[in-house]
Amino acid sequence: MEKVIQVNDVKAWYGSLQTLKGISLEISKNRVTAIIGPSGCGKSTFIRCLNRMHEVVPGAKVEGKILINKTDIYSTQVDPVEIRRRIGMVFQKPNPFPTMTIYNNVASGLKLNGVNNKKVLGEAVEKSLRRAALWDEVKDRLNHSGMSLSGGQQQRLCIARALAVEPDILLMDEPASALDPISTLRIEELVQELKQQYTIVIVTHNMQQAARISDYTAFFLNGEIIEYDITENIFTKPKDKRTEDYITGRFG
Amino acid sequence: MDKDIKKKSTTPRGKSNAKKIPLDKIFQAITFTACLGVILLLGFIIFKLFMESSLSVDKFGFKFITSMEWDPVNGEFGAGAYIFGTIVSSLIAILIATPVSVGIALYLTEIAPPWLSTPVGFLVELLAAIPSVIYGLWGIFVFVPFIRQYIQKPIGDLFGWIPLFSGPPLGIGMLSAGLILAIMIIPIITAISRDIISSVPTLQREGAMALGATRWEVIKYATLPFAKSGILGGIILGMGRALGETMAVTMVIGNRPEIKASLFAPAHSMAAVIANEFTEATDDIYLSALIEVGLLLFLVTFIMNGLARFFIWSVARGPKGGIRQ
Repeated sequence: MEKVIQVNDVKAWYGSLQTLKGISLEISKNRVTAIIGPSGCGKSTFIRCLNRMHEVVPGAKVEGKILINKTDIYSTQVDPVEIRRRIGMVFQKPNPFPTMTIYNNVASGLKLNGVNNKKVLGEAVEKSLRRAALWDEVKDRLNHSGMSLSGGQQQRLCIARALAVEPDILLMDEPASALDPISTLRIEELVQELKQQYTIVIVTHNMQQAARISDYTAFFLNGEIIEYDITENIFTKPKDKRTEDYITGRFG
Repeated sequence: MDKDIKKKSTTPRGKSNAKKIPLDKIFQAITFTACLGVILLLGFIIFKLFMESSLSVDKFGFKFITSMEWDPVNGEFGAGAYIFGTIVSSLIAILIATPVSVGIALYLTEIAPPWLSTPVGFLVELLAAIPSVIYGLWGIFVFVPFIRQYIQKPIGDLFGWIPLFSGPPLGIGMLSAGLILAIMIIPIITAISRDIISSVPTLQREGAMALGATRWEVIKYATLPFAKSGILGGIILGMGRALGETMAVTMVIGNRPEIKASLFAPAHSMAAVIANEFTEATDDIYLSALIEVGLLLFLVTFIMNGLARFFIWSVARGPKGGIRQ
């Protein structure tokens, strides 16, 4: 199995607070990898390190090595803006650009990359919205505000926006935590379809969700990785006592 | 069974409500009175202005607005030049102050490190606390000579053939008034823009950043669109101040009721003429004309505000479909 992301001894801080204490793991291509753990265990920090979003917070710092497709993304020759263009990210709460239409929201990433050809944009917007399973619901009102959609639709719009630039990797930071159960289910189905083409890393505080949708699961606790294995193993025969305690609901 | 539960549960709630109502009512009454007081006061001011200016309104009619003749000796009054001066000097101020203010606000919120942005932000706000007469004095002794020597002379030498820059470089005049007003409203627009920009949700900025936006692109795609209507609101407040500013303007505008194409020519403003001539206005008709200028200043401010609000509405309403909660 090809490893797209190789993380080696990554440490991260917010000011003086260390949130990651040496994380090492490898993430497989075209698989869904879930990061689970209690609040404050560093799971969000971890995926924000993968596209260099952690360092945009004032006072934040990262150490260690992350290779994506064999490129060290923290090398001094690498422009973080370029890294972020190649990696899609979906946030906890839907964040479409409120003053833009549905169409322009999806096209925004391409426009940032300098694509201005109307035909290319139009095709990319349709393709991305189809992949995000939103096309049928919005195709007749692409010129409406992105904010006119429901929460679940907005989140799928954000997924479409992230997919439009054709990234290899999709990072999802608790993408369903602000959504109702039906919208959550749609996002989960979507993740299953998307893994054919993308490598997906998803942070979730919902263990059932991790069990349902992921191929691999990493359990984080206090900034350390406790256990990382095939999802089935994590949930049926965890090796570490702490993992077992967490998934059986004894803490967290 | 159901009825029993209903009875039991409603009685105590009804009781506590009964206790709360008087306090609520009193609070409502206080806030309502405060609100009503402002409206009554405004109504009374407008009514009084109408009454006191009726002499001049009856005599000059609509010509008062279009005529430029202001001749107290012969009892001929027309406020055209004052209206022109007020509007043009304010527009100059807005045109100059807006980009500068938004630039400062963006720098303070998006680019400057905290150890710099806090004191600089404080200093900018301090500018707003300087009395306008100080601006006027500084304008006469420092700013006007500077404008004359280093801005009007070279521009006049090069572009004097354009009517906008024609005429002798006097220093005092429309351009100086507009510039002084710009300096005076920069702190207002900056402070409001800074607050609005720093209230743009991090999630919006990060959304753009995660798509690979550079610092400028984050501002263009996420920050400014989100803050647009708030910033425009700040500009309206600044414009309100510019339209009504009296002291600093009268000290540098030249106080000559003429409409000239040149920015270098002396002009006059509505607020300035009221302040300057009120003590001399001994005739009834003279006084009435000045009060009518006041009424028109009210009206001009009102119309400019309305236009600006319409402008905001048309640029900031966003795409179709509105916002779903």
